[in-house]
Amino acid sequence: MQKKFDRGVERTRWLAGITVFAVLGLVGLLANPYVISLMTIVLLFTFLGQSWNLMLGIGGQLSIGHALFVGLGAYSVGVLYVRYGISPWVGLLTGMILAGSVGASIAWLSFRFEVRGIYFALLTIAAAEFARIMFSGWEFVGAMQGLFFPAPSGGIEISMLRGDARFYYFVALALAALGIIGTEFISRSYLGYVWRAMRDDESAARALGVRTFQHKILVISLSAAMAAAGGGVLALVQGSIFPDSIMGMGLSVDVLIGPVVGGLGTTFGPLVGSLAAIPLNHLMSALGDSLRIPGLNNITYGVVLISVVWFLPDGIWPAIVRLCKAIQAPPTAWLWHSRKVEE
Amino acid sequence: MTTLLEVENLSRSFGGLVAVKDVSFSLRAGRITALIGPNGAGKTTCFNLVAGALKPTSGRVLFEGRQIDNSPPETVCRMGIARTFQIVRPMREMSVLENAMIGAFSWTRNVSEARSKAYESLESVGLAAKAHARTDQLTLPDRKMLETAKALSTRPKLLLLDEVMAGLRPTEAAGIVGVLQKLAEGGLTILLVEHVMRIVMEVASRVVVLHHGAKIAEGPPGEVVADPKVLESYLGAGFHV
Ligand SMILES: Nc1ncnc2c1ncn2[C@@H]1O[C@H](COP(=O)(O)OP(=O)(O)O)[C@@H](O)[C@H]1O
Ligand SMILES: [Mg+2]
Repeated sequence: MQKKFDRGVERTRWLAGITVFAVLGLVGLLANPYVISLMTIVLLFTFLGQSWNLMLGIGGQLSIGHALFVGLGAYSVGVLYVRYGISPWVGLLTGMILAGSVGASIAWLSFRFEVRGIYFALLTIAAAEFARIMFSGWEFVGAMQGLFFPAPSGGIEISMLRGDARFYYFVALALAALGIIGTEFISRSYLGYVWRAMRDDESAARALGVRTFQHKILVISLSAAMAAAGGGVLALVQGSIFPDSIMGMGLSVDVLIGPVVGGLGTTFGPLVGSLAAIPLNHLMSALGDSLRIPGLNNITYGVVLISVVWFLPDGIWPAIVRLCKAIQAPPTAWLWHSRKVEE
Repeated sequence: MTTLLEVENLSRSFGGLVAVKDVSFSLRAGRITALIGPNGAGKTTCFNLVAGALKPTSGRVLFEGRQIDNSPPETVCRMGIARTFQIVRPMREMSVLENAMIGAFSWTRNVSEARSKAYESLESVGLAAKAHARTDQLTLPDRKMLETAKALSTRPKLLLLDEVMAGLRPTEAAGIVGVLQKLAEGGLTILLVEHVMRIVMEVASRVVVLHHGAKIAEGPPGEVVADPKVLESYLGAGFHV
């Protein structure tokens, strides 16, 4: 009976996933430039949110300085391309390795000296701010004046990862898909089990043989490398890199909004959360401009965030799942019932 | 008979409080030993010292002849010592089955292998039917059994059980006693903290008695319950089995 239940859920998940990505593909083909550019950002932040989600939602390690890794990815792509004409593919790989190593070093130092939980989170902010200030004064990477990519020639060049807005939309879509599939894959592997065990109770996990020191370093460097890949693409999409925006506290917060609003630790949470939060932010910002109420977007954003945390503390996606189960058509209701009987 | 675990002059203090005081005992492979004593006697602290969760203030712990008191808990577990927590510690966001799988990942990375081991562990403590429940749906005695199943999944050579039968009905406890005896017959060594003397008398081949952190008696259960020191400090005058 359990097998049957698993397979039913499995099928629903796959169907849901494929449908969502088919719709997103159609959006890329049919939507107008405004929607395309907005949705590119949504998808990139889905991926960035997924990296943060992997670290906190599964690994149990809180970062409030993810902008550090995003920035390292952006600068790796930017510096190599703008200064030396090296393909962004190489830049992405370099950024991932660099951010992965920086993440591992921060984690190693921190846990070696028993700095954990909220203190570790504070350390991530400190590291990000340190990097931001350093990059702001570093002429080689453009300092405060920033780094600018040359305007795209018009055609699509896959080897240089250059193209028009629609091209980048599909790059972002591929990245988001990869992030979701990758997270699902990791989540079901032994890593997912031991990471969740470590998240729920670190000392109990250690008593069961989980080498939490190594696993914390691993999950953090993996998350950092993912964030760097997202940052590299974000830089290409925006066409410029400024230390205050790519490594600032604001970006660290933007990264975590998707998963927090959508559902921490869930596979679809970051997508759902980004889909809900980012367009709302843009809409309110436009409305604020036309009504001459500066900061309307920030106020609305705050209100929505507080409401979600208040009314749906585990996020929008788990609430949708609960709703679907409540109004479910007979077959799944039966499966649900069969599960209850087993319990 | 080989000695699996040796505890030599073990002491641990917390500030001014000496929780374990110069305790020595050894465990023979394949036997069930009971660690008894009143509340606060230092039994759980002893477990923490053996399992690597606490470092001793002085003294040594040897497992299969190797000194382990400087090893972290995950290493001690991987060497073959599994423990339960007296205050149960389920992974709250994981199902009963998933909880029971964690320990198996200390010897395999194969998820389906871990899952079948977890079913086997849950089966042996009578929790298989609740494999897909959430841990907060379990009663306290069931949660204690889950602790036992989690520990069994690590495939231990030595199992440390801290009051896992508390709250069980006598018939349920008898079932678990049967399980422990079967595991011991299969070669598992067990150190058991247990307050119900009837159970201790039934399963344990040796008993170690702690009082105020110090060992006051050790021997076969029949001798230990007749020891005046034990009667006075723990069992109470007039105790008879
Ligand atoms: N982490 C700790 N910090 C301070 N005191 C402790 C700690 N753990 C145990 N103790 C004290 O050590 C003594 C022994 O406790 P414990 O080992 O839990 O006894 P038992 O398991 O036999 O009931 C008690 O007085 C307890 O308060
Ligand atoms: Mg105790």
